[in-house]
This record gives sequence, structure tokens and C-alpha cells, in this order.
Amino acid sequence: MNVHASRLRLKTRFFTFLVVLSSVCGNFSLSWGMRQFGRLVSLSPLAYVRAVANPWVALGITLLILWLFSHMALLSWADLSYVLPVTSIGYVLSALAGNLFLHEVISRWRWAGISLIVAGVFLVARTAPHHSGAAS
Amino acid sequence: MRWLLVAVIAAATTISDVLQAAAMKRHGEIRDFRPGALRRVLALLARNKLIIASVAAMAISFFAFIALLSVADLSFSVPATAASYVLETVLAKYLLKEPVTLGRWAGASLVACGVALLAL
Repeated sequence: MNVHASRLRLKTRFFTFLVVLSSVCGNFSLSWGMRQFGRLVSLSPLAYVRAVANPWVALGITLLILWLFSHMALLSWADLSYVLPVTSIGYVLSALAGNLFLHEVISRWRWAGISLIVAGVFLVARTAPHHSGAAS
Repeated sequence: MRWLLVAVIAAATTISDVLQAAAMKRHGEIRDFRPGALRRVLALLARNKLIIASVAAMAISFFAFIALLSVADLSFSVPATAASYVLETVLAKYLLKEPVTLGRWAGASLVACGVALLAL
């Protein structure tokens, strides 16, 4: 394992963490804000503008912009077939956050789903993030 | 109506991710994370046609998701993303020419099944 490969791994871990954190917090904040806002069934752009004025929705959108940038950076050196499964650990964290903070019930089927996702993430995370012709 | 929205979300997400991955692969590894260098990269990417198309597809998927949430439960909306896992892995192999190893296929399939189970 040379220095470049271990640096790349560290960088990949850091950006995966950033992608997951921004998406979990962003979605949580969005759904929290939309709950305060109420039902949004409108074709009028004005209704969407009013929804965005909600501080939680605005925070959620800011976090999703951070998600977009960190996702793009990660894809500049890691394969899509690596990034996609590895960042799906966010589903697990979202389910756990719903259980902890919103007191949503996690059924037995959901625990089974969570276990499968964790197993899949573990499998893919063990492969090298980048296989195809080195990004020079 | 819901299944139409699910199809729109899965298609738009897949298109957005594949375009974004293609653009970033072409751009190459980002190594310099100083603010000035990042600003230059952003300015460059903001004019990239693939990135613009990817963000447009992402916006379609985002608004379709919000619309779906207003007519269906969150637990119904989740499997829409599970369908795109397998589709995106297939496209990553054949379109982006990524060498998808057995471990990655197994991992992506486990994740897709797991996400679908979350809906129950």
C-alpha cells in the first residue's frame, strides 16, 4: 500500500462522511420544515417560494447544495458503482434518526432491510474506490 | 399517478447520477481544496453541459419527489430509489465502463433489497 493509495482512501472516507452527513441532515431538516409548512399541492411557483422561506427548508436546501458539491468531488476520483452503495448507509441513519428523534417505529422488516444495507455497504467499501484508468 | 411519479423519479435520478459521474470522471481527481482553487473548479463545472443537464435532471427528480410525498407515504416513496440502484450499476458498467466486480454487484443488490425492505 503506497502513500498515494492510503491518502486516497482517507480522502474517500472523509468525503463519503460529508456526503452522508449532509444528505441525512438535509433531508431531516427538509421534512421537518415541510411538516410545519403543511401540504404543498400547488402548481403555483409562489407556493414553493413561500415554502423555501421557512428556515428549516432553507437550511435543508443549503445542506443539499453541500451534498451536491461533496458528491461531485467524490465522483471526481471514485467510481459511481462504488459511491452509490457506500453512501446508501444514509438510509440507515435516516431510519435511526426517525426512531430516535421522531419516535417512528422500526418494524422487524425494517431491521432486516437495515441489516442488508449495512452488509452491502460493508461489501462494497472493501473494494478499491477506483478501478478504471487513473484520473490523472 | 403514483407509479408515474415513481418512474419519473427513478429515471431522473439515474440520468442525473450517470451524467454527473461522466462529467467528473472527465474532469479528473480534485486534489487542491484551497478556496481559490475550489472557486475555479466550480466556475469551470458550472459551464459544463453534462453538469448542467445533471442538475436539471436532479431538479426534476426533486420536485417529482415532493409531489409524490404529497400524495403518498414516505414509506411508499423509498422503493423508487431502490430501483435506480441496479439500473445505475448496469449503466456504470456499460456506459461509464467501470469494472463492476462481483463484490460490487453483490453489494449493490443487497442495498437495493435492503432499501425495498425499508418500505415495509
